[in-house]
Amino acid sequence: MADLHKLTITELSEKLTAGECTSVDIVMDVLSSIDAHDGKVGAYLTVDREDILEQAKAADEARASGKTSPLLGIPVAIKDLLNVKGQPCTCSSRILEGYTAPYDATSIAKLRDAGAVLLGRVNMDEFAMGSSTENAALGKTSNPWSQDHVPGGSSGGSAACVAADEAIASLGSDTGGSIRQPAAFCGCVGVKPTYGRVSRYGLTAFASSLDQIGPLTKTVKDSAILLETLCGLDQMDSSSIDVEVPAFGANLTDNTSLEGMKLGLPKEYFVEGMDPEVEKAVRDAVEHCKSLGAEIVDVSLPNAKYAIAVYYIIATAEASANLARFDGIRYGMRIDGKDPADLYAKTRAAGFGQEVKRRIILGTYVLSSGYYDAYYKKAQKVRTLIRNDFKDVFSQCDAILAPVTPTPAYKKGEKADDPLKMYLDDILTTPVNLAGNCALSLPCGFASNGMPIGLQLIGDDFQEETILKVGHAYEQTTEWHKKRPAL
Amino acid sequence: MSETHEGMDVGYVAKLACIDLTDEETALFQGQLDQVLHYVEQLDELDVSTVEPTAHAIPVFNVLRKDEVGASLNHADVIANAPSAANGEVRVPKIIDQ
Repeated sequence: MADLHKLTITELSEKLTAGECTSVDIVMDVLSSIDAHDGKVGAYLTVDREDILEQAKAADEARASGKTSPLLGIPVAIKDLLNVKGQPCTCSSRILEGYTAPYDATSIAKLRDAGAVLLGRVNMDEFAMGSSTENAALGKTSNPWSQDHVPGGSSGGSAACVAADEAIASLGSDTGGSIRQPAAFCGCVGVKPTYGRVSRYGLTAFASSLDQIGPLTKTVKDSAILLETLCGLDQMDSSSIDVEVPAFGANLTDNTSLEGMKLGLPKEYFVEGMDPEVEKAVRDAVEHCKSLGAEIVDVSLPNAKYAIAVYYIIATAEASANLARFDGIRYGMRIDGKDPADLYAKTRAAGFGQEVKRRIILGTYVLSSGYYDAYYKKAQKVRTLIRNDFKDVFSQCDAILAPVTPTPAYKKGEKADDPLKMYLDDILTTPVNLAGNCALSLPCGFASNGMPIGLQLIGDDFQEETILKVGHAYEQTTEWHKKRPAL
Repeated sequence: MSETHEGMDVGYVAKLACIDLTDEETALFQGQLDQVLHYVEQLDELDVSTVEPTAHAIPVFNVLRKDEVGASLNHADVIANAPSAANGEVRVPKIIDQ
């Protein structure tokens, strides 16, 4: 075995172009890695070997007949809420057991067009509701750095499979931090694109005004390549936006100078109760960016502290509407009842896990007559304030440096019985979803217990290029991203 | 919020949301969601009377497409997902009892 599974998209693409390996070789190594390690990691829900090998063969044939693309023949794992024609799409929920997707999500169709090999489906918190992948009904996922620790969530499987070299890259989705937080916990790179950059068609909706699909990878450059493929206006998603898609991958150069770049440091992001090791790692990263030539300026996001309260009103309200479609009529599980209403209530009782029920009930409440103005409308108004804060800050700097999470990955079960405690984990990631702009997470150190620490780079609307550039420069001049867990 | 917040009746809201809860779940959620609602009361600190609400961070308006028939999902694939189907249609319990 040539250990091809340990390489990046960029490295494998070079090898494929030079004829040093085939897509089938890569896929065989990745499948061996899954066989060897997934018993411990538990990232995958399903792996269809025959289909994967067929896709790899087709990619090799396409290359032989002259097709080129940086993703041609590269295996990418898929979060279990993206529809892939002919595959299950359970969102790690019992209510969708037995469902077979009748169509491809736009992001999947784009991966297919680029010649990527769709690897297995990876675990997540049920319907993307959670921060630890412990709310998964159909699988248990561990942090590759320690089986006792959570991988983060909701894209826990997407982060764990990349960190464990069980995939070259993966797709996740980020509604309140669900790409960035698991990327930070597992020590990989993840991007939450600007709202509207990537079509949501075929992504099982959680909170439609917040959800975005994005890449999880081993390097910033790989994220840039994958992101570029995903972006673009789509007639199937009326909230997707018609803006130019830069050559994110090709535009990243070897130049690691941050000369002329102003980076903001928001004082509110170094919250009370923050783990001192996380704070130190992030402050060291700030110094490092300074040494690369960046100017560091102090900035303020005074309303960011309200983000959790706003998020858990808006996200649950939208979820209560979106998840109304899971009623036992057209797909998935059905528990029969004496009439349709009885059938709905019994099916939803048996099909949804506790966190999903809790959020649907909260969302139903904040939208209900008499409470709408007090909760939902008020939250939408504070959302405006949070967005205005970012607008103001981006008139003073090019990008923001911040932690991703207040602590490194914690032990399984530690927060499982206390929803509010779990919600507060998202304090540093939800503001960006509410404001709509972009952010990425990349490794910037390790805690003394061996768990990775993430650095968050936040950009203005559609300024992915800026944060990718800063992240790439940081990564080229540090070694954190090269460390791998011992499995 | 404080003026309207008298606590949520989880049992009643669960009925609105069409979810049968067990007594244990009702009691558990009641405590947990009261805690969450108490937490979100912090928004009362802010005067937002003159602030416009944001529904979408990056709003787009009047998204139109040509009124042309395009590809649609394969009927058999869609119906195959129904828990109960007959004659190419989804089967449901009787709605009007006569």
